[in-house]
Amino acid sequence: MIHMGFALGLPSGVDAVLAAACAWIALGAAGMAAPGSLRLSARVLYPAGALVGVALGAAALAASLGNTESTRVLPLGLPGLPFHARLDALSAFFLLLLAAVAAGVSVYTVGYLRPGTGTAPGVQCLCHHVFLASMALVLVADDAYFFMVAWETMALSSFFLVTSDHRHAEIRRAGYLYLLIAHLGAISILLCFGALQAGTGDYSFDAMRALQQPAGWGSVAFALALAGFGAKAGIVPLHVWLPEAHPAAPSPVSALMSAVMLKTAVYGLMRVTLDLIGFPLWWWGVVALVVGLASALFGVIFAATQSDMKRLLAYSSIENIGLIIAGFGLALLFRGFGMGSLAALALTAALYHCLNHAFFKGLLFLATGSVLHATSERSLGRLGGLIHRMPWVAWCALIGSAATAGLPPLNGFVSEWLLLQAFLFTPGLPQGYVNMLVPVAGAAVALAAALSGYVMVKFFGVVFLGQPREARASEAHDAGPWERSALVWLAAGCVVLGLAPMLVLELLEPITQRFTGYTLAGLGSGWLFLAPIDAERASYSPLLFFAVAALLVAAAWLAVRAFYHGRVRRAPPWDCGFPWLNARMQDSAEGFGQPVKVVFRPVFRIEGETPSPGDSRPRYRESAEDRLWYWLYLPVAQAVERVTALVTVLQRGRISVYLMYSFATLLVLLFFIR
Amino acid sequence: MSASGLVAQLTEVALAILLAPLLSGWVIQCRAWLQNRSAPGLLQPYRVLAKLFEKEVVLAHNASSLFRSAPYLIFGCLVLAAAIVPTLGTDLPLNPAADAIALVGLLALARFFIALAGMDVGTAFGSLGARREMMVGFLAEPALLMVLFTASLISHSTSLTTIVETLAHREFVIYPSMAFAGVAFTMVSLAENARIPVDNPATHLELTMIHEAMVLEYSGRHLAMIEWAASLKLFVYSCIGLALFFPFGVAQGGDWLGLVLALPAFAAKLAGGGAALAAIEMVSAKMRIFRAPEFLGTAFMLAVLALLVHVLLER
Repeated sequence: MIHMGFALGLPSGVDAVLAAACAWIALGAAGMAAPGSLRLSARVLYPAGALVGVALGAAALAASLGNTESTRVLPLGLPGLPFHARLDALSAFFLLLLAAVAAGVSVYTVGYLRPGTGTAPGVQCLCHHVFLASMALVLVADDAYFFMVAWETMALSSFFLVTSDHRHAEIRRAGYLYLLIAHLGAISILLCFGALQAGTGDYSFDAMRALQQPAGWGSVAFALALAGFGAKAGIVPLHVWLPEAHPAAPSPVSALMSAVMLKTAVYGLMRVTLDLIGFPLWWWGVVALVVGLASALFGVIFAATQSDMKRLLAYSSIENIGLIIAGFGLALLFRGFGMGSLAALALTAALYHCLNHAFFKGLLFLATGSVLHATSERSLGRLGGLIHRMPWVAWCALIGSAATAGLPPLNGFVSEWLLLQAFLFTPGLPQGYVNMLVPVAGAAVALAAALSGYVMVKFFGVVFLGQPREARASEAHDAGPWERSALVWLAAGCVVLGLAPMLVLELLEPITQRFTGYTLAGLGSGWLFLAPIDAERASYSPLLFFAVAALLVAAAWLAVRAFYHGRVRRAPPWDCGFPWLNARMQDSAEGFGQPVKVVFRPVFRIEGETPSPGDSRPRYRESAEDRLWYWLYLPVAQAVERVTALVTVLQRGRISVYLMYSFATLLVLLFFIR
Repeated sequence: MSASGLVAQLTEVALAILLAPLLSGWVIQCRAWLQNRSAPGLLQPYRVLAKLFEKEVVLAHNASSLFRSAPYLIFGCLVLAAAIVPTLGTDLPLNPAADAIALVGLLALARFFIALAGMDVGTAFGSLGARREMMVGFLAEPALLMVLFTASLISHSTSLTTIVETLAHREFVIYPSMAFAGVAFTMVSLAENARIPVDNPATHLELTMIHEAMVLEYSGRHLAMIEWAASLKLFVYSCIGLALFFPFGVAQGGDWLGLVLALPAFAAKLAGGGAALAAIEMVSAKMRIFRAPEFLGTAFMLAVLALLVHVLLER
């Protein structure tokens, strides 16, 4: 493919990525030619954006398979600090993820856009394409300055996308929260780069790689990176913006943010820790592992009690990011103890889960978009029975839900399998406590995975199965062809990534080779069997598994058909002798989440009122909130308010006083400079 | 893949499909003996299946195709689960395709579909059953995984045949970790198979039921498949228990004589397991549904403890 590209005179490697980013920006700018025109954006620019995505995917795939590195210095940036760009295996992998999802989401948006009251379609088109381009640039940036410029562009463009429907106060509030935490994270990342350049003043990543950091500064840089990138990825306790911003944003934007933007934060964390610092200490791994598992359990427990489709998915994203960070922490832990082959396994599991999460969560967010359009309803408690009215969306969402629940033979299971293998085959570590921590952490991963099955049964069962709970849900219509093709593309990705894991492992091989010095030894055991360590220890063959299962199901069906009559009679559901059954008697979202609320009661801050038996107008109310709001965020906000109240003393509102301040400052400066 | 391996594999599948209802009948028989009443007979589950297959299917008006296909999916999943647990020989051609984690995944897949099928018609009972089934599942599944992990750590492999080979053909060592794991596994299997003290397979009393509430809308051949799958699930759990804790008599490698001898050993162990299950059910009382998380939480803790005991003491 690379040679073909050369023959045609097409750019390859990093040039192709930069060209794709430029093309996206140009498409966005073209949208501003006629900001009010829905036709221009929907019919021309978004499909073109999807094509750019496909081209970017091809370039990233070529770079990933060819394992080529390429660099480029751009004639932009500050004097003495031009923009450096570099494409290596890690960047190429994440670019592939970006391209695959971006192509699907752009196609979906064509069918999704409607004339509305929010931001003009041309402006949305600009933000959408700038967002995509900035994410691509984050992934190829090779100096701190370029990285931060791209990172901030990404934050701002996604802020404008989140607040597309800015006429609602709650959406503006969600956007504000998102922007605030994004900037706290950005400050932390900036400080991290400051620690990494170690006083040399050279902000290129090459210089940082070459530097041997002392362990103390390395640890500072790691902590800052974990906080900064963690704020973007949504790890606990910096997750609060996620469940607010995702429901506020239009569904394709939620899909892009959850599927790709969270992964750029994972990319940043990996880039800084494994590449720029270069020598992870083992206890960094313990920190990341604990934080990751806390996020995973927290996310999935809260997801089980949500009653808003998109909030539920947002919490589920926190869970998945937690699992990724936990896998990454395990890789750091093994790397710190010099166990390269296990570090390679854990890193592979984390990266694989990034790709899987991008596909299944992108798919589910797009499916909620279709449901939202068809019913104008986000609350689970008012939906139901949509499998009859929207079969395409429902069956694609079923694939996405099963993949999210980590069920074989879909993709979520493969990465979970790899992650559990990494936890399981820990040989004796030199640290006794860590030795005990790892199996407990494995149990926590298993619990999170099982709970995500609960969450997904709730999500799919309440939205798509049963009877419509409100009239609107029974008048829904299926998604159009554009939306449908995007859903099918992402669903197919979930199936293929689940059935052919060897393809992905091949892409990941150069990354693990580069950062841990090892690749998965079992790669040689053929395309059919996934055996990461050796076949004696563990092997799994999704294709064979799927084939045999399908064969058994088909044989059972055919046998029953052949031997018995196929008589079917339709009747009303069995009412147990109570003839006034209605759709409201099905489980609501709160009802389905209730067991989790009871089992994990201490995690929630539960407020509510239960009517007494004699009440003539009974009212039932219960809310389960995040305790961290009250433990962390409100105290901080109050402290900030108190400090500002003190500072207000200076603000007199009289020009003479301000002039005096300037004068005093001048005197103090003169005193120092003299 | 050897000829004897293929024979062992096919025999296992055939035995699972044919014997699963017999095992359920045997447990009912043992319970009847223990309760001093006469049982409906060992073959009653087969008669029930035959009757259900002959009956016509009454489908609710808004049952979707998911509802109609779920019984076959669940049945297929459980047959596959029975096929990958080594009960007769350890030379199984399907072994490299699925290991212990995939086995748990397979059981989770069956649960996922049966819970969705329960919610499909949209009655209060269906969603109640689905919710309770998932509640049992989210605690039982990690506990089962931890039990399997303890065995995996002992044998340094998640491959089920390697686990059985290591546990069956080692020098006689008592692993304290396996004792914890055994208790945890027993609790999990009681819960997963809708047995007393978590559920009662013999009643349709709404306050207590889990499994029966979920499948209330099924009838005819669909119900037959579901019932058959339920007895297969009991069979699979018994096989896992036998493979982990009583792995003696399983033929190793391509040993024809061993394979033939494994059959009566397997039958005897299965009969013993069924009798033990009936005895446990006899001496315990059905607990309130909200005690079930405590019960399963204990099982999960015991399983994690088993893992820790292995890491701390046995390495």
